[in-house]
Amino acid sequence: MKIVVCVKQVPDTKGGVKFNPDGTLDRGAMLTIMNPDDKAGLEAALRLKDQYGAEVTVVTMGLPKAEEVLREAMAMGADKGILVTDRVLGGADTWATSQTLAGAIRNLDYDLIITGRQAIDGDTAQVGPQISEHLGIPVISYAQKIRIEGDSVIVERQFDDRYHVLKAKMPCLITALAELNEPRYMTPGGIFDAYNAELTVWGRDKLVDVEDSNLGLKGSPTQIARASDKVRKGAGEKVTLDPTEAVDYIVDKLKVKHVI
Amino acid sequence: MNIAEYKGVFVFAQQVDNKLSGIALELVGKGKDLAKDLGTEVTAVLVGDGVKDLADELAAYGADKVILVDDPELKEYRTEPYAHALASVIEKYKPEIFLVGATAIGRDLGPRVSARIHTGLTADCTQLEIGDFPINPVPGKEQLHNQLLMTRPAFGGNTIATIACPEFRPQMATVRPGVMQKAPKVEGAKAVVEEFNPGFTPDDKYVEILEIVKSVVDTVDIMDAKILVSGGRGVGSPDNFKILDDLAEVLGATVSCSRAVVDAGWKPKDLQVGQTGKTVRPNVYFAIGISGAIQHLAGMEESDLIIAINKDETAPIFDVADYGIVGDLNKIVPALTEKLKAEMAAKN
Repeated sequence: MKIVVCVKQVPDTKGGVKFNPDGTLDRGAMLTIMNPDDKAGLEAALRLKDQYGAEVTVVTMGLPKAEEVLREAMAMGADKGILVTDRVLGGADTWATSQTLAGAIRNLDYDLIITGRQAIDGDTAQVGPQISEHLGIPVISYAQKIRIEGDSVIVERQFDDRYHVLKAKMPCLITALAELNEPRYMTPGGIFDAYNAELTVWGRDKLVDVEDSNLGLKGSPTQIARASDKVRKGAGEKVTLDPTEAVDYIVDKLKVKHVI
Repeated sequence: MNIAEYKGVFVFAQQVDNKLSGIALELVGKGKDLAKDLGTEVTAVLVGDGVKDLADELAAYGADKVILVDDPELKEYRTEPYAHALASVIEKYKPEIFLVGATAIGRDLGPRVSARIHTGLTADCTQLEIGDFPINPVPGKEQLHNQLLMTRPAFGGNTIATIACPEFRPQMATVRPGVMQKAPKVEGAKAVVEEFNPGFTPDDKYVEILEIVKSVVDTVDIMDAKILVSGGRGVGSPDNFKILDDLAEVLGATVSCSRAVVDAGWKPKDLQVGQTGKTVRPNVYFAIGISGAIQHLAGMEESDLIIAINKDETAPIFDVADYGIVGDLNKIVPALTEKLKAEMAAKN
């Protein structure tokens, strides 16, 4: 079985964010990690590899620096890493990103594609389903359990108040939730090998069946009109009171606001 | 693409088990506002099996028109037949705006549809308005009018971005549930109902549903609660949530919690408020022992009245609280419950 896992290097949003003058993210200026949902997707692929035997290829699109997440993935046990990087791909929205990744994946054999549900920088959850659409294969989002049966994959798919057990014929794309599993650590031997491993680097010319007009900032239907630091509503009153006073204070406010 | 051909505001009227989801009515309400600004109508797209009866409810909440796609293949939500239904509706009716709820269904369906018809999709919007793009005139660039400006939080709630889709139609957005307001209900209002079936031919993209497992606990949806008593890690233990339960009971409120509480296994995920949980805007939000991580604030700061109790006076929750009390929740909360009981008894 051949599994392709899409991962993204994301800024660690806990450390705050910085922007370029055009409103896009200044990725060079922030600490980065492998996106958590993607890491769960990678772990799911590695477990399928452990259980059924599989070749796991990790694909990322990003700046040259994004090779770090490929090496991390290989240190965890992935077999191959492909970095898709090109100046013309910059500033892509989810449409252009999914076009790019689909164009890269068309070079590969695959039974299963696994992506994270969403990245913590954009929080869109759109790229996985959009890749599946471009490739003309079924998608199962929000996977909480995955197993293989013959030429099909059986997935528990989470909804708000229920889950569906779904069966799809492979090839199929699955989006994984961080809750799916606890990703393994890199092994010392794995780290050593990963840092010596040869990575594949693809540019625009390796993308199959993709028009230039669908790539990068120019190929993005959505455009940023405005980006700004979030304006929060101002703080109200803050008081330090002993418990009895505190209770009287709260009850008084609830009365004033006609809650009680 | 001839943009001028695209007219009208369409919303996906999500239903589950042949019952309209709250988001369907919220989108009709918001769609009506946008349609008014554009001088056009709001159309609800109702997709399912045997769901025609729901059209009246959509009309009562403001839909001018309902497009009904009714087919046995659409009984349960599956990505492919639903995507085919919406993409076919868009191709036939050419709306200028198409809104979908940012639910577990909509966030799967929206991207698939937008990729099929080649347009932009803005995820998880919290504000929608009609305006100009660019927002301020830029020399040498035409300023387009009557554009949908879609605002959403990004980067873990650290920033907000406003997005436009000037060159493609429809302008698509998924909209966060609980943020937009339903229109007041008008009993007996009728909408024009138009049936449309593009034909459904199962292929490998139609996944098979082997089983549907519904959540066994019948919990109150925290998004519908008028008063929320929300606890964080500062509550200290799952047992100590009892003092929050007691307070909630006397107020007729519902208990919710922060992500830390869910991660610790103290409460189930469907009670979680925040970026990765639910967005709530109750009349009153009690934040008890919640420090107020930015992801939590993103899910509750629109509440009408926020009362925070925390022993750490530097906790960020105080930056959004209307009334912040620095103190020991273990003493204040039980005493508050007793006092409220006495107040209620005196009133009755």
